[in-house]
Amino acid sequence: MSGLRILVPVKRVIDYAVKPRVNRAQTGVETANVKHSMNPFDELSIEESVRIREKKAHHAHAPPVEEIVAFSAGVPKSQDIIRTAMAMGADRGIHVVVDEKDALEPLGVAKLLKKVVEQENSNLVILGKQAIDDDAGQTGQMLAGLLNWAQATQASKVSITDQTTVEVVQEVDGGVQTIRSKLPMVITTDLRLNEPRYASLPNIMKAKKKVLDKKSLADYGIEESGVRLKTVKVCEPPPRKGGVKVEDVDGMIGKLKELGAL
Amino acid sequence: MSTTDFTETQLQVREAVRTLCTHFSNEYWRARDETSTDPHAFHSALAKAGWLGIALPERYGGSGLGISEATLMMQTISESGAGIAGAQAIHANVYATQPLALFGSEAQRSDTIPRIIGGEWRMCFGVTEPGAGLDTLRMGTVAKRETDHGDRSEYVISGQKIWITCAQVAQRMMLLARTKARGEVEKPSQALSLFCIPLDRSAPGLEMRRIKKMGGRAVDANEVFFDGYRVPADCLVGKEGEGFKIILHGMNAERCLLAGEALGLGYAALARASTYARERNVFERPIGMNQGIAHPLADAYMRLEAAKLATYHAARLYDASKTDETISQDAIGIAANSAKYLAAEAAFTACERAVLTHGGMGYAQEYDVERWFRECLVPRIAPVSREMILNYIGEKVLELPRSY
Repeated sequence: MSGLRILVPVKRVIDYAVKPRVNRAQTGVETANVKHSMNPFDELSIEESVRIREKKAHHAHAPPVEEIVAFSAGVPKSQDIIRTAMAMGADRGIHVVVDEKDALEPLGVAKLLKKVVEQENSNLVILGKQAIDDDAGQTGQMLAGLLNWAQATQASKVSITDQTTVEVVQEVDGGVQTIRSKLPMVITTDLRLNEPRYASLPNIMKAKKKVLDKKSLADYGIEESGVRLKTVKVCEPPPRKGGVKVEDVDGMIGKLKELGAL
Repeated sequence: MSTTDFTETQLQVREAVRTLCTHFSNEYWRARDETSTDPHAFHSALAKAGWLGIALPERYGGSGLGISEATLMMQTISESGAGIAGAQAIHANVYATQPLALFGSEAQRSDTIPRIIGGEWRMCFGVTEPGAGLDTLRMGTVAKRETDHGDRSEYVISGQKIWITCAQVAQRMMLLARTKARGEVEKPSQALSLFCIPLDRSAPGLEMRRIKKMGGRAVDANEVFFDGYRVPADCLVGKEGEGFKIILHGMNAERCLLAGEALGLGYAALARASTYARERNVFERPIGMNQGIAHPLADAYMRLEAAKLATYHAARLYDASKTDETISQDAIGIAANSAKYLAAEAAFTACERAVLTHGGMGYAQEYDVERWFRECLVPRIAPVSREMILNYIGEKVLELPRSY
């Protein structure tokens, strides 16, 4: 293999620090005038790709990176996060504009990504293990299935050990598990993988000159978004009930027994 | 704050600076204030990410953006909770380097600017004196050209400067000093010259004393004493006698930056006050339901928004004047002074009301509003007092006779 062609899909979501509110019609959460940013798991994906290029961390033996492409499918404003991805180090961006009402489901995204991978001739896809808005956690796995590629999900450490071999450490119940596979492959990122850099001013300025292609689903031969699920109702979790104060340990044990917890 | 009028680049600046500043919490700034310790980690982080070069030429490692972007950056820093302390830790590096970039020799520029941008050196600005505040032309610090024993030309500096921010941590000072007596020149302004001098605290003739102050305690403000302090002759920026003209050039930019810093403080205090008013229950209902609480905060918001429009209008004028000759320096001066005045007053209103909204808690350090309140006096006083701005507008706009 000559070099790595990395595809990093990123998603624009409500900022992690914002407390989402259910809209009045109870069909979803309020998105108007709410701060949005890049899905935090996707920041990890970009960071890891850039570290592979820089041969930092566990990538001393990585093959040269030919290109890092940041991709997003979403509302026009999604281009902001593609710009951020390019400011962090992606070489160019692709934005498939999809209206909010036509938002894709994980399978739709995976099918679209398959087309992108084919067109871009990518041999490594690094994406977040989940997006913090719908928490589906499916896209990476579905994409690997559709491409018939190996997958390493929820990576907490990635080491490219030679030209074609990748080792991924996953955190599992009671310990860690290391898996090894050959490129091409799909990797999904977990929280402890790295600490994403912030975009520096010179890199923000450089990113402005990078190419961001605007495309439609039709450009990838997809006619409709293929939505299969219907959201019936969205509501706030029930408010927490107040607790009771107990005098001492015996009181607490008594209370727990009374509630059937012991 | 409404961000409707900002460009895409400005919004990117705001977002990126905001993200960086989240790593420096209010606890960080509270501790710096309490112990009067310099926020060098904050300065380094900003330098590392290239922010100090925001308005400096790309040739020397800057990003070549305008005063509009620099003002929004300063506002965002202040608004993050860093307040005037955070802003002052970097202010002179962004602003006092402008005259150097414009009027410095190639050697001065390539020697100093990249080091300031990279954070290796810090800059301070030495103009004000105990006997000469706003009447800059009467300053007494003298720089006398002499030849040392090895036939090398030097300037020997004697005099006193005051309110020099960051002098304790800076390696360079942009110094305005007298190279001729007032009577020796046609116009008093031709007697002053600008220097970019090294600050060698171990060399003879240089001493500084930190001033204890009301707010912004994280950054040092100083009295600086020169007594025969020698600097190489090539420290002179531009020509002898051009110092005042060069300094004037940057003053409108500084007004804009200060206005931005004031706005940030005001918006931070207002956000904190409205959060508190929503969450604090008295008589089993949030205090924000009381119009006695809500209306002053709503009023403070409108004042800030109006001052914001004035501020970014002034900054736009300043930036546009570089390519548009129809914009006069007077027009920029009027806009920039008005903006500084309005922003400082709006910030003061917001900060005071934020303290009062918090009731007794507003007096506790833990709630930060007392720190911001102490700091919001700075933009009211510096770099020019409210009264001098009123004098200026009276004279320049209303054509009223000068009172001083």
